[in-house]
Amino acid sequence: MLKARVFSAKQAASPHALVFLEHRQGDLDSASLSALTAASQLGGQVTGLVVGSPEEVPSVVEKAKKLNGLTTLLHCASPQYTTILPETVSPLLEKLLSQNSPFTHVVSAHSSSAKSILPRVAAKLDVPAVSDITSLEHDAASGSTTFTRLIYAGNAISTVRASSSIPIKFFTVRSTAFAAAGAGDAAESEVKALDSVEVSDPPTEHISTSLTKSDRPDLGVAGRVVSGGRALKNAETFQSTLYPLADALGAAVGASRAAVDAGYADNSLQVGQTGKHLAGMKDSKLIVAVNKDPDAPIFQVADVGLVADLFEVVPELVEKLKQ
Amino acid sequence: MRPSAVRLLNILVPIKRAVDYAVKIRVNPEQTGIDLNVKHSMNPFDEIAVEEAVRIRERLKDAVKSIKVVTIGPPKSAETLRTALAMESAPAPEPLGVAKTLKALIERQKEGVDVVILGKQAIDDDAGQTGQMLAGLMGWSQATFASKVEVDPEQKVANITREIDGGLEELRCKFPVIITTDLRQVHLFNLGLFQEPRYASLPNIMKAKKKPVEKLTAVELGVDLTPRLETIKVTEPPKRVGGGKVANVDELLAKLKEAGVTGKRA
Repeated sequence: MLKARVFSAKQAASPHALVFLEHRQGDLDSASLSALTAASQLGGQVTGLVVGSPEEVPSVVEKAKKLNGLTTLLHCASPQYTTILPETVSPLLEKLLSQNSPFTHVVSAHSSSAKSILPRVAAKLDVPAVSDITSLEHDAASGSTTFTRLIYAGNAISTVRASSSIPIKFFTVRSTAFAAAGAGDAAESEVKALDSVEVSDPPTEHISTSLTKSDRPDLGVAGRVVSGGRALKNAETFQSTLYPLADALGAAVGASRAAVDAGYADNSLQVGQTGKHLAGMKDSKLIVAVNKDPDAPIFQVADVGLVADLFEVVPELVEKLKQ
Repeated sequence: MRPSAVRLLNILVPIKRAVDYAVKIRVNPEQTGIDLNVKHSMNPFDEIAVEEAVRIRERLKDAVKSIKVVTIGPPKSAETLRTALAMESAPAPEPLGVAKTLKALIERQKEGVDVVILGKQAIDDDAGQTGQMLAGLMGWSQATFASKVEVDPEQKVANITREIDGGLEELRCKFPVIITTDLRQVHLFNLGLFQEPRYASLPNIMKAKKKPVEKLTAVELGVDLTPRLETIKVTEPPKRVGGGKVANVDELLAKLKEAGVTGKRA
């Protein structure tokens, strides 16, 4: 055993990623499926981890074990994990990643939950973390992984290398940069239950969660986004104009900082650095702009521009899309 | 009769000096980073953290014993800071290094620290890790992306509403607690419910010049700030070029169809 470890240290161990798979109401989050795709690109084994309450975990495991790209699926259930809190989940991850851990990478979506947990665990293990990556490349010979990520609100691309001196490389994944992993074709992964690590008297207690009810896709992962700015005038016209268009397109609704600040739209809809995803719009495949001002800067980046009053154009667009 | 409030609470606010959010940044020709010869100011999320600390003191009055602000970075960072602690290092360290430094600073505070309030991310590296890393190193409770903070100094707890994907979550955190601030506050400021982060008045700026600034080095604190990740290059993102304008909705729809975008029920 000892010999094998010395050998592997010299040879650089082949990558083995641990992917933190998040779920809500029995379904895997699609952002986690993008994280799984990124983990698969490391070119080694991929183990999934499902953590949750005893009621939720079995049905999530049923779905997760069929995911393409997973070799092993670990799951851990405890009433303490009913709400995922960093203070209670971190000790489980720390245990999994210490003492002869086979894992070389820890991967998750750049979700509010995972980005609260991963850096906490990384710090405990004395390793850095890389946030919100848009691409990666693993060099098996040297054991180093190179990532790209956006900095300065998407105005620059940074290429960073985590060398083999970082034994476990933590990173979160920008979901729009990786397709979601599918399920079905591959052999089912090996499923193993883990004992929970109970935290007595946790310092943080969950009081309540209130989710904004919406049938529309989540802004962070939506394939299409309809976004409005200050020109929408007020909250009522914002909704009455944009929501039908979003529904006709099966799109999420976004809002500019100005629209959010003016109270037309909820903060959670904000597109841009301080909102949902950093300068996300600039990475879109197709940008369509409707603006009354022919000199509006958006026309410099839009693939299709229409100079017109949105209050006339958008309803017409909705009608014609329905045909 | 209420007993007079005891001075209970010590608040620490780590802040970062970053390129001003309004500056259009340029990648340097060597592709090692961006041109830093531009206007810098306090990271906007940290302004909210400072404002939140001041507001806690306004609400709780004498229960707040101290607010200390700390910055870790090049000597110029001290400009961002006109009170309390400055620590010199060049360039700005990685989040893990900052978290270790903050831990060392917290351990030096004779009266302890009850609440640490940080911005949820710096607008330069966009990492969003420091608060969580500090919470991990200290083993303290954490509330990230907080949009509402209610501190009860007697019970030694904070009730915090945080922004999560798809909604809000409320937590009760025991002291000592690490809080990172989100922007919802700004949203509320603009609705007139809260004040915007305030500008320092000239008398206050003069007073601030007299407040003690303690300068420390990484060596004095026994922390190693050597970067662990290697930045290979920094490049410009590909430029988008506009695809021109269409005359009416039908032409727009034709373009959408060409790109494979059709109505949901089509």
